[in-house]
Amino acid sequence: MTAVHPVPAAGSALDAHVVVDRGGFRLDLRLRIDAGEVVGLLGPNGAGKTTALRALAGLQPLTGGHITLDGRDLDRPDRRLWTPAEHRPIGVVFQEYLLFPHLTALDNVAFGPRRHGVDRRTARSQAVEWLARVGLADHARAKPRHLSGGQAQRVALARALAVDPRLLLLDEPLAALDARTRLDTRAELHRHLTDHPGATLLVTHDPLDALVLADRLVIIEDGEVVQEGDAATITAQPRTDYVARLVGLNLYRGTADGHTVQVGGRTGDPFAFAVADPLHGDAFVAFPPSAVALHPQQPLGSPRNTWPATITGLQRHGDNLRVQLDGPIGVAADITPAAAVHLHLAPGQPVWVAVKAAETRAYPADARPATRTAPET
Amino acid sequence: MVDVDEQDAAGRRRTAVPPRRRRVQRVPAALLLPAALGLGFLVLPLAGLVIRAPWATLPQRLTEPGVFTALRLSLQTATFATVACVVVGVPLAWLLARVEFPGRRLVRALVTVPLVLPPVVGGVALLLVFGRRGIVGGWLYATFGVSLPFTTVGVVVAEAFVAMPFLVIAVEGALRGADTRYEEAAATLGAGRWTTFTHVTVPLVAPGIAAGAVLCWARALGEFGATITFAGNYPGITQTMPLAVYQTIEGGDLPGAVVLSLILLVVSVTILAALRDKWISSA
Repeated sequence: MTAVHPVPAAGSALDAHVVVDRGGFRLDLRLRIDAGEVVGLLGPNGAGKTTALRALAGLQPLTGGHITLDGRDLDRPDRRLWTPAEHRPIGVVFQEYLLFPHLTALDNVAFGPRRHGVDRRTARSQAVEWLARVGLADHARAKPRHLSGGQAQRVALARALAVDPRLLLLDEPLAALDARTRLDTRAELHRHLTDHPGATLLVTHDPLDALVLADRLVIIEDGEVVQEGDAATITAQPRTDYVARLVGLNLYRGTADGHTVQVGGRTGDPFAFAVADPLHGDAFVAFPPSAVALHPQQPLGSPRNTWPATITGLQRHGDNLRVQLDGPIGVAADITPAAAVHLHLAPGQPVWVAVKAAETRAYPADARPATRTAPET
Repeated sequence: MVDVDEQDAAGRRRTAVPPRRRRVQRVPAALLLPAALGLGFLVLPLAGLVIRAPWATLPQRLTEPGVFTALRLSLQTATFATVACVVVGVPLAWLLARVEFPGRRLVRALVTVPLVLPPVVGGVALLLVFGRRGIVGGWLYATFGVSLPFTTVGVVVAEAFVAMPFLVIAVEGALRGADTRYEEAAATLGAGRWTTFTHVTVPLVAPGIAAGAVLCWARALGEFGATITFAGNYPGITQTMPLAVYQTIEGGDLPGAVVLSLILLVVSVTILAALRDKWISSA
């Protein structure tokens, strides 16, 4: 991403520069979200996702920067401005939902409207409406402990939306669900997020949740944005090892000169990659594991990238086998079980790796220092 | 040797082995004997009360006017004292559990002082503060003409002083164990700190408050030393059941004291058992 601020401030519902210093950890995140837009905040554990969410919600003060929602400053340490959580037009769906255990589903949803000055009768009728909208009208009287995980998630969503928030924050909304429930709930959540008129920030470490639910992704590592953009760009052109793993690509960084990219090999020797896209300067090379072919002997007579490697690991990956290989550069390959049987694959076995230049993608790497890729040449 | 055995037994219980193994678990005699002695020591005096009770004259003794008066006073004062303790003790416990302030450890230690203080000393201290010439009592008397010592209110004050630490400690423990993320969730829904306290925190720790209130009530019901020192021993005004028992036995009427003790025992055990059942079934 060359543009850090892709959206002009005037059009954004949320305009935030979240800076939180906390004992050796620093979160520095610029975030703009339009009304009606869903942004996925993705990152590994400990990257600062939850800290960012808590700061936006008002559960953790900023140490720097600002949080501005609809033109109103909610947290601005340099001007000593601070709006406590209860006065922010922000709804939160917590990772473990945190439904009040002593209240029914209905009263949980009515809790927010009641606190916003709505009388009891109106609040309850609003709550009934919201429960109906998430398909739980007949569970209105159930206590949270009698709800399944998927139902609790929907009540939590209804509770957060019932206060009509301008910004909706979702913290790993599907992480606590089993695989089957997750699929249904994800589809339903997608529908509700599309209907939500305010801005939405979805915090997750699951790339699938982010790709399905979010319009735009912001990926952070160690408290800093390493990449942002739409799903297509990020899945096609990852910029860090973490992102490459998320989207399932082999990724290398090096220096391009026309159709060749010199990437740093494991042994320190440069490794020359033949690529289809001509390029100059600092560059990434990416290709999917399915583009990697394995051969018992050195393949001859085709314009391919080939090198000898050793198998270090084998595991099932969908219908295929994912083979981890060590060599001048590390690489992952997906091959069919039939091919694996034919090659007698086993850890420790030497093979030849081949990648067609046409199946690699090369794209320029910007000068941003925050990249954790293969060492440069 | 004994220590090893005990650890073994405890370890087995914790790891929940199949019942087959638990049945053959050997209880060392070195532990069984003192345990049985301890149990006997706790139960025998109660049995003695029942055995030595003057069952023949019991009906007529029960109907003596002084008995009912003392019992009613005991129940009333203990209940009022408990209510007072809940009203000020729960916020105090919240403060200790949730607010970081300088000297918090000192405050917590001060709260527990009445626990270890001999009740008679507590009574003397109360006299010094709330007595007619005391620091607060003098002002109360001069301003409102109110005097606490040797009144029924004085009994409530003495009982509350002695019993409140039980409530504060129980509630503080419950608050520390409660998940504060629910309070954060309430805040994101627009609840201020007071509303969060009344609508979320208190319901969450209700079992802890109830347990603390029961302990507090039981302690207040049995209060003797501080009461007799601060409030005196006037039948109908400050003479609670424990004081009545003491006076009866001082007067040489042992069977009378036994009857009063038995009543106190039956009433407190019945009430506590009833409350306990109610909470367990509703929890």
